[in-house]
Amino acid sequence: MSVIIFAETAKGSIKKASLEAISYGAQIAAQLQTTATAVVGGAISTEEAARAGEYGVSKVLLATNLPGHFDPMLVEQLVLKAVDASSAKIVVFSHDYAGRSVAPRIAARLKAGLVSGAVALPDTSAGFVVRKNVFSGKALAEYQINTEVKVITLLPNSVPAQKNGAAAAVESFDAALAGVQSSLKIEKKVREHKGGVLLTEAELVVSAGRGMKDPSNWNIIEELADTMGAATACSRPVSDIGWRPHHEHVGQTGIAIRPNLYIAVGISGAIQHLAGVNGSKVIVVINKDPEAPFFKAADYGVVGDAMEVVPRLTEAFRKFKAANS
Amino acid sequence: MKILVCISQVPDTTTKIAFTDNDTRFNEDKVQYIVNPYDEWYALVRALELKETLGGNVTIITAGNASVEAIIRKALAIGADDAVRIDMDAADAWSVAKSIADYAADKGFDLILAGKETIDYNGSEVPGMIAALLNQPYIALGSKLDVNGNTASVEVEVDGEVEIISTALPCVVSAAKGMAEQRIPNMRGIMAARTKAITVVSSAEQALVKVHKFSLPKPKSEVKLIDADQMDTLVQLLHTEAKVI
Repeated sequence: MSVIIFAETAKGSIKKASLEAISYGAQIAAQLQTTATAVVGGAISTEEAARAGEYGVSKVLLATNLPGHFDPMLVEQLVLKAVDASSAKIVVFSHDYAGRSVAPRIAARLKAGLVSGAVALPDTSAGFVVRKNVFSGKALAEYQINTEVKVITLLPNSVPAQKNGAAAAVESFDAALAGVQSSLKIEKKVREHKGGVLLTEAELVVSAGRGMKDPSNWNIIEELADTMGAATACSRPVSDIGWRPHHEHVGQTGIAIRPNLYIAVGISGAIQHLAGVNGSKVIVVINKDPEAPFFKAADYGVVGDAMEVVPRLTEAFRKFKAANS
Repeated sequence: MKILVCISQVPDTTTKIAFTDNDTRFNEDKVQYIVNPYDEWYALVRALELKETLGGNVTIITAGNASVEAIIRKALAIGADDAVRIDMDAADAWSVAKSIADYAADKGFDLILAGKETIDYNGSEVPGMIAALLNQPYIALGSKLDVNGNTASVEVEVDGEVEIISTALPCVVSAAKGMAEQRIPNMRGIMAARTKAITVVSSAEQALVKVHKFSLPKPKSEVKLIDADQMDTLVQLLHTEAKVI
């Protein structure tokens, strides 16, 4: 009945989204009175891998023969071997690029029921029921999984990681992948935009739309984001006309984000935009049109001209930082 | 170049979501259906662009009863050559993916494309399952796709970096924003779509998961308006009341 969680690494540590998945899987195991094992792939020391135990797993399988970068075809083999070796009945991923790439393959191979993007621990009082967001965050659905083996991907930033254990025993796990050739060739490409906070992982996001009037006005948005330590995002119209890059577009047809704080400047709040940000914990809307529909979805609103309000807000954040550091 | 594009029928992006039968079913009353934008704008249009440069054929496939024919005609009007409808209740990703994989198994498609997720059930599941069932490579969330000879190369945004992933055909790729631009069907396309062939096949594949209850999120409390020259107050509220900074 045991639980297997796949964890990805970055810069020598387990990723934040993977720690959430580890904690989630460990809590499911506790609920079912079984054990949880994390499968860790990538370049990581034994000590760092053992830290998965702090989030509740009793064992870590450290893959010894994976390349340094994530390769979905190899991770599929690794996880299938780990599931087989521990007779796992529940397999957990984060609903990130790795989980989206591998979880459906694992589910299909095992003919296991899959719920992707879970937002809460399963209800195991009668069957096995997992809750997830549907209709792009406009509703929730409870899914009954009817198969013996179950696969779940956990939506990042929805169930916080809980630290409640000690370092776990680490076993090196030779998944015998050495002879397996990946069917993929993966190269990194240098990104043209400057570094900063990653939008998909950011806890604070400053986003702007057509109300900025001109792409040259984005300097005040970037200054606010820099001051806060926030990532920048934008609405669809401004990415479509080329004012901002596509990867900043949040909304129904761009990416969905769930930061703790989302500040929207000069964005009217069309339903398609809301679908990408309605998972945000707190929404601040700055718009000169008091009738902008976004105010209905906001926690805090400021009616005013962005060119005046945003620099004032930047200054207020500066003062706050100076007073609280 | 034979390309299969998986499309799904979803409620229009502006649909007000409601449920019926004691919150166990999506209320379809007055709902306008569209082709899932990720399938249409990115996957289908990129397939058509590849066909235009490399030659070949673009087939679309979808699962559902006869009511999905409207969105099939839309995809044909945009330029797909022919269509397959799997006559079934598209109850979960597994039953759909298995039915599509069974259909595609002996058809010799070089490339299978789908959107990165549907905007109704937001699964990101079907294309990866099809790939596994056909023993083909799967590249998720592609924002660019090119085909050179027997090799597909796909750009994927991973953690703020861009990876270029290449693999031999046949393979399965899911499409994200950037892969192509939306195309509006013209009158000639709409007329031509009327006579294009729709093959109907059946499937008895059963779902592995089932929604047993829907709910709506708790409504937001009223917005708190802050005066435009009181930004210190806003920052204080974010700190002490909202506790997000």
